[in-house]
Amino acid sequence: MSGHSTFEPTNPVIKWIERRLPIFGLVHSSFVAYPTPRNLNYWWTFGGILSLMLGVQIITGVILAMHYTPHVDFAFKSVEGIVRDVNYGWLLRYLHANGASMFFIAVYIHMFRGLYYGSYKEPREVLWILGVIIYLLMMATGFMGYVLPWGQMSFWGATVITNLFSAIPYVGESIVTLLWGGYSVDNPTLNRFFSLHYLLPFMIAGVVVLHIWALHVVGQNNPAGVEPKTEKDVVAFTPYATIKDGFAMVCFMIFYAWFVFYMPNFLGHADNYIPANPGVTPAHIVPEWYYLPFYAILRAIPNKLGGVVAMFGAIIILAFLPWLDSAKTRSSRYRPLAKQFFWIFVVVCVLLGWLGGKPAEGIYVIAARVLTFYYFAHFLIILPILSRIETPKPVPNSIADDVLAKGKKAMASIAVMLAVGGALFIGGAQDARAAEGAPTPPSLKWSFAGPFGKFDQPQLQRGLKVYKEVCASCHSLSYVAFRNLADPGGPGYNTAQAAAFAEEYKVKDGPNDAGDMFERNGRPADRFPAPFANENAARAANGGAYPPDLSLIAKARSYDRGFPLFLWDVVTQFQEQGPNYLVALMTGYEDTPPKGFELPAGANYNKYFPGHAIKMPKPLSDGQVTYDDGSPQTVEQYSKDVTAFLMWTAEPHMEARKRLGLQVMIFLIVFAGLMYFTKKKVWASAH
Amino acid sequence: MTTSSSAEHPTRRDFLYVATGSVAAVGAAFAAWPLISQMNPDASTIAAGAPIEVDLAPIASGQAIKVFWRGKPIYISNRTKKEVDDAINTQLSSLPDPQTDAQRTKQGHEQWLVVIGICTHLGCVPIAHEGSYNGFFCPCHGSVYDTSGRIRSGPAPTNLPVPPYEFVSDTKIKIG
Repeated sequence: MSGHSTFEPTNPVIKWIERRLPIFGLVHSSFVAYPTPRNLNYWWTFGGILSLMLGVQIITGVILAMHYTPHVDFAFKSVEGIVRDVNYGWLLRYLHANGASMFFIAVYIHMFRGLYYGSYKEPREVLWILGVIIYLLMMATGFMGYVLPWGQMSFWGATVITNLFSAIPYVGESIVTLLWGGYSVDNPTLNRFFSLHYLLPFMIAGVVVLHIWALHVVGQNNPAGVEPKTEKDVVAFTPYATIKDGFAMVCFMIFYAWFVFYMPNFLGHADNYIPANPGVTPAHIVPEWYYLPFYAILRAIPNKLGGVVAMFGAIIILAFLPWLDSAKTRSSRYRPLAKQFFWIFVVVCVLLGWLGGKPAEGIYVIAARVLTFYYFAHFLIILPILSRIETPKPVPNSIADDVLAKGKKAMASIAVMLAVGGALFIGGAQDARAAEGAPTPPSLKWSFAGPFGKFDQPQLQRGLKVYKEVCASCHSLSYVAFRNLADPGGPGYNTAQAAAFAEEYKVKDGPNDAGDMFERNGRPADRFPAPFANENAARAANGGAYPPDLSLIAKARSYDRGFPLFLWDVVTQFQEQGPNYLVALMTGYEDTPPKGFELPAGANYNKYFPGHAIKMPKPLSDGQVTYDDGSPQTVEQYSKDVTAFLMWTAEPHMEARKRLGLQVMIFLIVFAGLMYFTKKKVWASAH
Repeated sequence: MTTSSSAEHPTRRDFLYVATGSVAAVGAAFAAWPLISQMNPDASTIAAGAPIEVDLAPIASGQAIKVFWRGKPIYISNRTKKEVDDAINTQLSSLPDPQTDAQRTKQGHEQWLVVIGICTHLGCVPIAHEGSYNGFFCPCHGSVYDTSGRIRSGPAPTNLPVPPYEFVSDTKIKIG
């Protein structure tokens, strides 16, 4: 895309095409011969990583759309269908959901790199502004994508974000109605969000083309911030930049795979495994981690319109950065003051992200206000003043000089990159769920924990028995089919046993030839029948409470781990909050509430239930279910067994996921090693 | 990733490039598999394609019903004596796809014809008790089948296929 091509094909076919459509020359000049500064460090590989992530998101997204149904009655179900029934559906969905987070991690690193090295300065203003536009499109895409699974967070996220527009004076309400296509977030909203979520990535791809075009016109910035002057300052894009980007991509994929295969739900919200309910708002509404800093800014302003303006302003202000910072020296490496303020700004952004995940009360609000002020001051006060008063250090004469001056900064750079990258997203990843007065459930030992954890088959079988004999009288298990009992990685029954199990159930079918519904024996293809015909029947029979479906309950319940434990959880792969909570709940009943606790009529006191007053009576008692394998017939054992069973119903392909994960990890590590040595070999001639 | 420079002089560098390139290619091939495999029928579709039982008692002689199995229409025809005789007495040499009626029915249940009602030409559903052989007639492109569901004239290349089925009792069959 830059200037004339030196590409001279010899193959007659290519020659023939090239005369009519110079596409090979374009590719050659853009991605082969294109000169890149030879001093680029690994921070510069995130452009390539972002292209990779855009590709991954589009491919997995197009595939998910083949199986997804954008309808309020089927969206949640179809997502579960993808994860449970579609071949490799769990992999594709987790790749896509975690891919969004990876995309944002990469884009934040890419943006901060631009900020640090002054990549927005003359003549790269248009390049930078195109980047801001891509970022805005990404935020819109990510938001609408999060709505599609139609869980509680999807629904309430959609409600809150669309309501932002109601802050606009005079026309706000009309705009919101227009966005919804109704009087509330409902089916038309979901349908159009699906359509737009499919469209926007291709718009991103279009702007990315412009972004790369602009990049290839003005050339890449570099850590020294001086323009290439001679041939000695640059190397050819291929093989030098290609192999380096490739190596970085493989390293990034290892990081990505860690989440996809080992803790796929860590970056999401447990509440989103509860189907959307327009009547109940989750206790703490938080957006995905990548929006948290802006969410904190929104909540910091005690005025509806002001908050919305500040939130959007915080992004839009980036587009004006080239003119706010008028310093001639690009790279912060040679700007001692700007460098320090850069790092303060990074910390402020991380802290804002952390505050965005905290409840909007007390000290958090005050801190958010201070940091919001600083965020804007950085752009509007600090940078303009710095560019006038700061005395920069001398910059190197040329890129070649810069390379000679610094031998090995790459390693330190990678370390910083990983540390900041990690802190950045994890800073936000924390769930805002406060303890709500309930104690933290004790952490139990689970056979399925950790990278090699597996389900304990006899335990799942016992758990199934407990579910069938106790829980099933009130709780449905609607996403599990009888055939699943014979699936690999499950309770370990064979197909005949699963069919016999199904036979014991009566399933409603029909209509028959006479037009009547009838009951027949269950078949393996049937799902566990619900104990009540509908929600109203369930409520009527349970004192107004609706016993939730248990298929996903082990993933739909969680608790806050707190800083810094949740950071460590990424390493240890701790993700058993759901199971721990379930056991705590089932064993946490107390006959007499503590003094001073007013127990409402019809409720029971439970130590671990949020608010302590639970409608469900103590479900288990010692000796209630008979075990044939000699396991203790105690409430504790029952609770653990049924919880393990429910973990399996929530994550039926966990064993396949971890097995594939190990293979992928080994492959990626070997591949990364090969890429590293290949990169060294290629660059040996350039150094 | 391999350079064309030193094809005649393989070096250690070339080996590294080839190894890296090969590993990348293998990785890409494996990564492509889930993307293709997901297009196959999912587990719920496969489970829903389990065998079905059909009660034959309500089907009168000379009547044909249509049931669905795996999304395909299945004709179950209670053939009259004449229809059975017509099918049995047909010269095999006059058939484009020679098959005896016995090969297409179950012994002892000769009056029952069970065929997949999808024209072997291009997939339309033929109409029962139509056409010059009073068997099946496909309105799309004019294929004519006889009372045994065998192709007699028209563009269809083969007989209507017989699905896997068995008699559970005299009045009940299990398809699949």
